Amino acid sequence: MRYLPLTNNDRQAMLATIGAASIDDLFIDVPEEARLKGPIPGLPMHASEMAVERHFSAMARKNMAAAHHPFFLGAGAYKHHVPASVDHLIQRGEFLTAYTPYQPEIAQGTLQMLFEFQTQVARLFGCDVANASMYDGSTACWEAIGMAGRVTKRSKAVISSGLHPHYVSVAKTMARFTGDTLDLATLDMVQSDTPRLLNAIDDETSCVVVQYPDILGRIEDLSAIAHKAHEHGALLIAVVTEPVALGAIKSPGEMGADIVVGEGQSLGVGLQFGGPYVGLFACKEKFVRQMPGRLCGQTVDAEGKRGFVLTLSTREQHIRREKATSNICTNSGLCALAFSIHMSLLGERGLRDLAALNHARAVQAAQRLAQIPGVTLVNDSFFNEFTLKLPVNARDVVHKLAAKKVLGGVSLGRLYPGEAALENGLLVAVTEVVSEEDIETFAAALQEVLA
Amino acid sequence: MTRYFTDEHEWIEVEGTTATVGITDYAQGQLGDIVFAEVPAVGTTLSKGGDAAVVESVKAASDVYAPVSGTVTEGNDALADDPALVNSDPEGAGWFFKLELSDPSELDGLMDAAAYKAFVDSL
Repeated sequence: MRYLPLTNNDRQAMLATIGAASIDDLFIDVPEEARLKGPIPGLPMHASEMAVERHFSAMARKNMAAAHHPFFLGAGAYKHHVPASVDHLIQRGEFLTAYTPYQPEIAQGTLQMLFEFQTQVARLFGCDVANASMYDGSTACWEAIGMAGRVTKRSKAVISSGLHPHYVSVAKTMARFTGDTLDLATLDMVQSDTPRLLNAIDDETSCVVVQYPDILGRIEDLSAIAHKAHEHGALLIAVVTEPVALGAIKSPGEMGADIVVGEGQSLGVGLQFGGPYVGLFACKEKFVRQMPGRLCGQTVDAEGKRGFVLTLSTREQHIRREKATSNICTNSGLCALAFSIHMSLLGERGLRDLAALNHARAVQAAQRLAQIPGVTLVNDSFFNEFTLKLPVNARDVVHKLAAKKVLGGVSLGRLYPGEAALENGLLVAVTEVVSEEDIETFAAALQEVLA
Repeated sequence: MTRYFTDEHEWIEVEGTTATVGITDYAQGQLGDIVFAEVPAVGTTLSKGGDAAVVESVKAASDVYAPVSGTVTEGNDALADDPALVNSDPEGAGWFFKLELSDPSELDGLMDAAAYKAFVDSL
């Protein structure tokens, strides 16, 4: 295909049509002080490849990498072992353009892979159908709220205080523009939010959004919330940030959730400094027409042979434009592939074993850490992540632990700045990559810091 | 009973102040195999030219517009189970919704069968 660049006349005609005087006028929303006016000060104009590599390697060594130290961070992104075969397979040439093309049926292998990914997500979440993935967990969560609005034709979402604060933040940003009302509450380390949720559901409620396990790692039965929501014609949205948990605990779909979304990073995708990740999205079949994103289906061709198609792309932006079900017009193809390959390698048995291993290691860590004077375990229940209450501000403790080369969890003060009642809370994740020695190192360091 | 047509390829059959609305045979032919139709809920108030229903085919998703203003009295529930009715009998069993007209004078600007045929032939 020839590339035909725009001429100056083309540009002027386009600018005139939209009433802009210059290209710069298109960027007036970017604050003046944030705009680049010339070369970046202090950055040399030229350097050799070798010099740049040396410079960046030296900078990278200043990081405390997750793999190099006892590591207990979670809060929505989990460090699991990703088998080398996953990275090998996703780099095969056939998969390098895993992005679904606009003439999708020409790429049967891509569609088949997405179909299998969808099948895995649907089964994991206990739902009828899943889409070909979203950007990440937080955007999938917002898309679910938007979808519940389309299904119920209502606009009040009741949000559990146990939902990840970053997910809440994304929902707040989007709701500013859609006009949806979000019924929010402050997280309480002791009290469950379920009584408030049950009380808040009424005939104007579009959906209830509950994280499972929640931000503190607590696991609650969602059946009562599902029941109450359905009585009032509202939907239950369950959010799963750690899908490995579903190898051990009941799926949200089995408890009556209408839409289940989540973050798929923990299977097959590394921490990667926070992204790219992969949003998971599944729902009951009766709502499939309102589901955002793309959905691959299996069919037969004119000769009766099995084939794959993009079943519901007519709801997407490239066809329906402003009337599309969402402004998500793509999927996280490569991360979905990694998820799917890791899941295939595990199989049901492997996933259950992995979940059991995570839970056992987390129980071991919780017991050990709770023995430290002044430290109490907040959770009644947890999978591989739990909350400790420390006698002092946990944010300071995390920094002191880091100085001792232990990455000892995420402080609630970091997740909820300014919430005095939460500042002694420490969120600790323990996966299969944590060794018994790591737990002992962490416990010893914590005891020293608190002494 | 009088049948009118719009340049958006809807038909509307009027009897007194009630009317039935669907899409034309030409429209279904252009869309191809219809896989889904969403009809408006009873009681919905529609204004002339506004969005009234959605029709999805294997090729595209399109809106069906209200040919005239009114209040929906019935949606064709049969389309939920068998959207292909819109292909097989677009101007009969494949109707979308019925409405109570709020301003019958709006019908004046619509085409009759002969005018619509001439319009389609010119496309």
